[in-house]
Amino acid sequence: MEDKLIIRGIEFNSRLWIGTGKYRDFEETAKAVEASGADVVTVAVRRVNITDRRSENLLDYIDPKKYKILPNTAGCYTVEDALRYARLAREADVSEMVKLEVIGDERTLFPDVTGLLKATEILAKEGFIVFPYTNDDPVMAKRLEDAGAAAVMPLGAPIGSGLGIRNPFNIKIILESAKVPVIVDAGVGTASDANIAMELGCDAVLINTAIAGAKDPITMAEAMKHAVIAGRLACRAGRIPRKLYATASSPIEGML
Amino acid sequence: MRLKVNGKEYETKTETILQLLREMEIMQGRVAIEVNLDVIKKTDYENYRLQDGDNVEIVYFVGGGNGR
Repeated sequence: MEDKLIIRGIEFNSRLWIGTGKYRDFEETAKAVEASGADVVTVAVRRVNITDRRSENLLDYIDPKKYKILPNTAGCYTVEDALRYARLAREADVSEMVKLEVIGDERTLFPDVTGLLKATEILAKEGFIVFPYTNDDPVMAKRLEDAGAAAVMPLGAPIGSGLGIRNPFNIKIILESAKVPVIVDAGVGTASDANIAMELGCDAVLINTAIAGAKDPITMAEAMKHAVIAGRLACRAGRIPRKLYATASSPIEGML
Repeated sequence: MRLKVNGKEYETKTETILQLLREMEIMQGRVAIEVNLDVIKKTDYENYRLQDGDNVEIVYFVGGGNGR
């Protein structure tokens, strides 16, 4: 049975979304993206280096014809900055999509949800397909949805922490109440974390540090691919209820 | 004229954004441009006339996931 993620009419071939930061070089980035099977690749917007203009470009390695480029507003701490980066990204002509971040605190990189809500509303009205990076807060997820978010991206744990899905119950509540897709963004540390997010019923997972920071990023990218697929299948299959005592799986009948 | 490009002083005889990009050897397909905080549409690069003292920002995509 076909089980494609579709958001605002855009079909996604994989439920694993990949960040492109922290890799050793563009070659390693490209290999990891390839191994992950992802078709969404998130990128940051930064100044062109005008003193070394012939330096290589990420998009020489990640072909925008092959991958869906998802610009982000990483590093933005105010609504104004986030809007500015999003509008510039759109003009670079790769996508109407934006992974919206309005960061509220340098140490935890937790989102500033009041700013996030404002920015989501403005960008959604301007026709952007907005994916806000938010807390694992079901009420805020709902507010973002009402403000026009195309999906919500709650964190599993702080960005780059690798702590996994710290509050699966909140993610579950978000999933139950949200009408838009839910994509876990941040916190995944290894394959089992990605798997748990998908088993919970999330529509996709975005991973960067857990792959880029692994000893062998390309092999970890492949592991994440399988974890996401397995998690999605397990979610659709429906797990057995947890029970305190054993239930034999062999028949009693015919025993000596 | 004197511009500020990406925070640095830049002296040029070019008049339009398209000419500036060519002079700086920047591929226009991969960048986005702001002049004095206004995003300039790609279709306007050819005709947008820069003024002395303009603050130009030229951005592109780099590797990044979240935060920082």
